[in-house]
Amino acid sequence: MGDGAVDAATLIGIVLVEAAILYVGYGAVEEAFGHVVVKQIRGK
Amino acid sequence: MEILGLGLAMVALFVGFGLLIGVLFGFFGMGGSFLVTPALLVMGYPTRVAVGSGLAFVFGTSVIATLKHRDLGQVDYKLGVLMIAGTTAGIEAGKEIVLHLESLGMAGSIISVTYVVLLGGIGAFVTYEALKGGGGGGIDHDAADDDVDADDIPDIAKKIQSYRVPPMISLRGGVSVSLWMILGVAFVTGLLSGFLGVGGGFIRMPALFYLIGVPVPIAVGTDLFEIVFSGGLGSFLYALDGGVDLSIVVPLLAGSAFGARVGSAATSIVDEDDIKVYFGLMLLGGALAVAVREVGNVYGIDVLNTVSLVLILGSALLVSGAVVYSSISALREEARTSSPA
Repeated sequence: MGDGAVDAATLIGIVLVEAAILYVGYGAVEEAFGHVVVKQIRGK
Repeated sequence: MEILGLGLAMVALFVGFGLLIGVLFGFFGMGGSFLVTPALLVMGYPTRVAVGSGLAFVFGTSVIATLKHRDLGQVDYKLGVLMIAGTTAGIEAGKEIVLHLESLGMAGSIISVTYVVLLGGIGAFVTYEALKGGGGGGIDHDAADDDVDADDIPDIAKKIQSYRVPPMISLRGGVSVSLWMILGVAFVTGLLSGFLGVGGGFIRMPALFYLIGVPVPIAVGTDLFEIVFSGGLGSFLYALDGGVDLSIVVPLLAGSAFGARVGSAATSIVDEDDIKVYFGLMLLGGALAVAVREVGNVYGIDVLNTVSLVLILGSALLVSGAVVYSSISALREEARTSSPA
């Protein structure tokens, strides 16, 4: 695999890692505050 | 202050734009490259960077949305793998047709007309089905794990399911379809995708529902699963030529990751019939936008490019707003009906 392919794979890897971090991070936020928001919307 | 070489205002713009697209992507399994690439082009980014960064963004968002749909049990991996096989062959065939038309000097106009007719046709069909109500569109979003009621399967899908050429493949929702029919539908959607040069979510998602007959949430989840692979490969190929700009992708993804959670969660709350008409109207808006852009290109009227972008973004804003509004309304309605009189 040439340098270009390694660089390209690294870029896509960074996007994948960002996606995974965001998924876990926002998941934790949803877990912590999701029910509060849903409760607010339901007016309870 | 700058982040990744971008001013704060630009970062905020990208995050907000990503949020909007994420809602659509999570809910419908489509709308990524269809929206991002034209926007980046109008902002002055070179075509290679607009397409490559758009694809990398679609890849990242589809990973997040697929994981969320997997949590909801809405991904049929068997169907996804079969669709990837058929679609890949179709894309290759589509590319060959484009190359042949290019050698005849007819590619641009034929592709544009096909795109407008297809987008407009699917949009008109979905809108008609939604307005008609009842048959062909009455599957609830929360019915992913239940067997599909025969009355809820579109007529075309029933016809396709009636061709019982072995081997038969059992799919989620209790649907059984011939392997060859699945590969045929995948090939045709891939062919259109390769021919038009688009991701193909707006073709594949309705095809999975209307032609194969899988429930809408599984159609969305499985479509997203396939986009992980097509988006990953496409963005890698563009990245080889320096076409992926992280200063665009990172903030877009930060917004869309949140939006995709909202959109995916909404699939379990909102009744599909409430929202399907907006989906059809968005496709019609997209078709009109492409038609306007083509007229602008043919007659050299630059302002029509901006009109086209406004039409696309306006349609997207309307539909993502409708998804959020319908979710809130459904939650409030649920609370009203469940509370004691």
